[in-house]
Amino acid sequence: MNFKALTAIASALTLSASFVAAGGADDDTLVVNDEISIVTKAAAPAHMADAVDEVISGWHFRTDETQSLQADDFDNPGMLFVEQGLDVWNTADGSEGKSCADCHGDPEESMVGVRTVYPKWNEAAGEVRTLQMQMNDCRENRMGAEAWKYDKADAINVEAMIASVSRGLPMNVAIDGPAAATWEQGKELYYTRTGQLELSCANCHEQNFGNYIRADHLSQGQINGFPTYRLKNAKLNGVHSRFKGCVRDTRAETYKPGSAEFVALELYVASRGNGLSVEGPSVRN
Amino acid sequence: MASGVKPRVKVPKKAAVGEAITIKTLISHKMESGQRKDKSGNIIPRSIINRFTCDFNGENVIDVTLEPAISTNPYLEFQATVPSEGEFKFTWYDDDGSVYDAAKKIAIG
Amino acid sequence: MEFTRRETLALGAGAALMTVLPFRANAAVDDLINEFTGGAAVADGGLELTAPEIAENGNTVPIAVSAEGATAIMVLAAGNPTPPVATFKFGKLAAAQEASTRIRLAGTQDVVAIAQLADGSFARASKTVKVTIGGCGG
Repeated sequence: MNFKALTAIASALTLSASFVAAGGADDDTLVVNDEISIVTKAAAPAHMADAVDEVISGWHFRTDETQSLQADDFDNPGMLFVEQGLDVWNTADGSEGKSCADCHGDPEESMVGVRTVYPKWNEAAGEVRTLQMQMNDCRENRMGAEAWKYDKADAINVEAMIASVSRGLPMNVAIDGPAAATWEQGKELYYTRTGQLELSCANCHEQNFGNYIRADHLSQGQINGFPTYRLKNAKLNGVHSRFKGCVRDTRAETYKPGSAEFVALELYVASRGNGLSVEGPSVRN
Repeated sequence: MASGVKPRVKVPKKAAVGEAITIKTLISHKMESGQRKDKSGNIIPRSIINRFTCDFNGENVIDVTLEPAISTNPYLEFQATVPSEGEFKFTWYDDDGSVYDAAKKIAIG
Repeated sequence: MEFTRRETLALGAGAALMTVLPFRANAAVDDLINEFTGGAAVADGGLELTAPEIAENGNTVPIAVSAEGATAIMVLAAGNPTPPVATFKFGKLAAAQEASTRIRLAGTQDVVAIAQLADGSFARASKTVKVTIGGCGG
């Protein structure tokens, strides 16, 4: 019996939900289109020294069939929405008659690496911003267009397109300096039990990743693969929407996508994956 | 026409005469099965792509009947023989009468 | 009408059995096969059906069929509310009589494929796919 199994049994004794030891992360490797090597396992960032030794992409917790969907852009249905995001990027909108491309040009040049550093402190605004918040800042203040609804169609498609050009680059969000307070708030949320089931993010994704909760193979809850195409709902899913689903599954009232709480949680969870490659749009179950 | 429908096809740019090639196609479509209910309990009417064909210079490669059990964003992969240079034509038929098509040229070499 | 506790339990067991049965035998499937074959005999062999043993999500299950020289292959999901999945007809320029797609399975069930082979005879293949029902809706 391995350490993981012991942890699971200890958890099963102390938690109302029971976890079943099995599985773990597999040892496969991911190369997209035979050219982009994806780092799916990395040494844990320093701030996680007490929690885990290694950070592991959710890709490792899926079946071979699901994994293979991400290895080729043509097999990856998420890429359909990346193409739609690129169409939006090139289309003028708002009172200024400008498109994203008018300022930012070809995203394959201008947006490379952008995904890796978000959420990020914005000095002028005095707040930590997610990529979608920054996109909406552009829309409202530079394009004279309406803000997109959080995690909805155009917002998630463009976010996926921006993520796609950074695939293979390591996540590297800053957690110090002015972002530190938001990061601490996110960390607090991560370890706070919620709902009738009284589960925190950590109960499943730090203490029990690799184990099964009912029929679900728990991952570390990494977000380097977002936006993610889920087989379950056959569309792109945003980080905040996924957080909402998790919190709801603890039978709690949840925060809203785009809320200050989820922005803080996104920064913290992103920092738990510093060192893993950007994978978005990934494919998950 | 259903909104946001976008076909994608993957065909090699070149092949030898008589070579067998793999073709992949993917089209964005919700493939509403006709089995689901909306929030007020009413059946959401079926709306799917019900047929797909691939032809090369007017000669058929494959003709597929699709049913509501095909997943959202239908994916099809199959093999074609390339007898000469020419053009593959791909056609998807929607329940609502819309037809979506795509074409890809292939060279010999 | 009133039920005793024991009768109620028996009814419950019967109902449980009823919910399992449609995934096992399905007259609709036999009818569809007869329609496809015109009532001809169906043999095993000559047709390969590839499907995962366990599908992580029933919404998107990759399958492939292959039957050398076949003119057509029909795929059925015996346990779906409507069993037809797809029928592949191969033209003159099909390099191989094989195709892959992604299908929906309502639950653990048998996926069945029937091929009309080059000599006009029919072949059958089937595979049980276990469909995982996760607790994490997300």
